[in-house]
This record gives sequence, C-alpha cells and structure tokens, in this order.
Amino acid sequence: MAEDREHAAFVARMIKEENFDPQRWAKMINFRGHSGFLGMQYVAHGDDWIELAVPWREDLVGDPETGVMASGPIISLLDNATSMSSAARMKKFRPQVTLDLRIDYVRAAVPGRTIVARAECYQTTRSMAFVRGIAHDGDLTDPVAHAAGIFMLVEAPQFMKAK
Amino acid sequence: MVALPPYALSMGMFTDHDENGAPVIAMDFSERNTGRPGYLHGGAIGGLLEMAGFATLHAHLEREGIDAQVRLKPVNISIEFLRGGLPERIFATGEVVRAGRRVANVRVEAWQADRTKPVASCWMNFLIAPKKVAAE
Repeated sequence: MAEDREHAAFVARMIKEENFDPQRWAKMINFRGHSGFLGMQYVAHGDDWIELAVPWREDLVGDPETGVMASGPIISLLDNATSMSSAARMKKFRPQVTLDLRIDYVRAAVPGRTIVARAECYQTTRSMAFVRGIAHDGDLTDPVAHAAGIFMLVEAPQFMKAK
Repeated sequence: MVALPPYALSMGMFTDHDENGAPVIAMDFSERNTGRPGYLHGGAIGGLLEMAGFATLHAHLEREGIDAQVRLKPVNISIEFLRGGLPERIFATGEVVRAGRRVANVRVEAWQADRTKPVASCWMNFLIAPKKVAAE
C-alpha cells in the first residue's frame, strides 16, 4: 500500500511537470504494475512518437504449440506506447484514458524475439488525442501489428480516484 | 473446458463458470494488472477480452465438433473502454456472431460487480485455419 501511495505521488508530480521527459517517465512508470510485470522497456522517442518494447518470455506465450507470444502483451504495449506518444507531442503528460483501440494482427510474431512498438500521436484537440502505431519484432518495415486509437484527456481527480 | 495459455495463467485468469454455453473468464485485481494507480490496466482488460473471445469461439467450435481440427488466428480486435476498471474481480464472456468456414466474428463484454455496467467491450475477427496434420 505504501508503494501504491508512492506511485500515486509520482504520477501526481509528473502531471504537474513542465518540460515533460518521456524517457524519464517511461523508465519510472515501467517498473510498476502491469508494465513492470511485462518487463516493458523504453527504447527511444521523438517529437511526436515513442518506442517501447516487451521482451519475449515463456509465461507470456499465447500458443504453447508454437511459442508465439499472446496478443495481450502486444495490446498493453501498444496502449502504453500510443498513450505516451501523446505526451511526447504535447510536451506534457495530460491525464488520459483509452477511449478505443483497434489492433490488426498482420502476422504472427517470431517466438523468442522482443516486440517493439512505435507509436505516434498525429492530432490532439482540447479533449482528445488521436494516435496510431505499429508493433514489430526487429524490422520496422515488417510489422506484426498495426494500431489506431483515441485517448480522452481527463481531469486529474478523475484519473486518479475511483468515481 | 477450454485450456488457457501461459499468458492467461500468469495474469491470473481462470474459467469461472459457463453462461449459455460460453465460458466466463475472470481475473482478480493485482499488481501485475494495475495500470494507473488504483485501476486495472487497459491492456490487461484487452488481454482478458481477447482470452474470453478465444474461449467462447473454442467452446462454440467444440459443440460443432470441429475444434480439434482447426487453429484460431486472431485477425483484429477493436476495444471500447467504457468505464475505469476498479480494483476488484473482472469477468468477461463472448458471443459468436457468426462462425463460417474460414472466418468467425465474436463480440465480448467485460464487467465487474454489476453485470449491467460493462467496463469494456470488443469485437474480434478470427481466421479459422485447418490444423497442420503431423506427417505419418
């Protein structure tokens, strides 16, 4: 519970921070919770994009016969990466929740390979961030999945506390 | 009963009960599925929806007597997040809208304490491929 309070305090500080640093944020946030469990890692970021990765692991497999990673971790990776791409674009972390997320799985990921998501935010409005991204297993030009989504920007209290 | 893969088990998902022949997959709140403080991670909810979609389709194909001969490949998923996932048990089950020879369309819904207040829903399309038979 002390850890939870610490995490909440960190998120609260980040929300207030100007000159938002996606790398620092990704490194801090990915230690914990679901991202921590998946071993999510920061790779790189630019003006309106970010790359995060999840290494292959036996307990993340979705098909024991082939060893292919489940698509659940790919959803989580694309969810986090697309969300953070909006912070990269806005240069500020605005509290947000996923409104919708669509993922097309264009081929199976190769077992054993790290999955990398590259996500970009292509438009923001007062209340929404529009995002898209891909996931690949080594070659940016040969994706395993494509994603498109929308995040709703919310007020800090709504973000942090149960209604 | 449909066997859940390693990812589902390591996330703490389990088959809770059957509802009109479709398995209801459940997951308890824990550190490993926490997103922003105090809420379930959207990706973990997505993973649960997807698992329930798989399980629902497998159960359907089992009743049709063809589950053992086919392999299911998810083609796409579109998730709508309707409410924040609270720190408590979450359930999900699906409905096969259509299962043809090559493609199946499945809708899935997730809820918590109140069945009438869905937390998230999705549609999924699956490719139904014949299982490769081992050379004899």
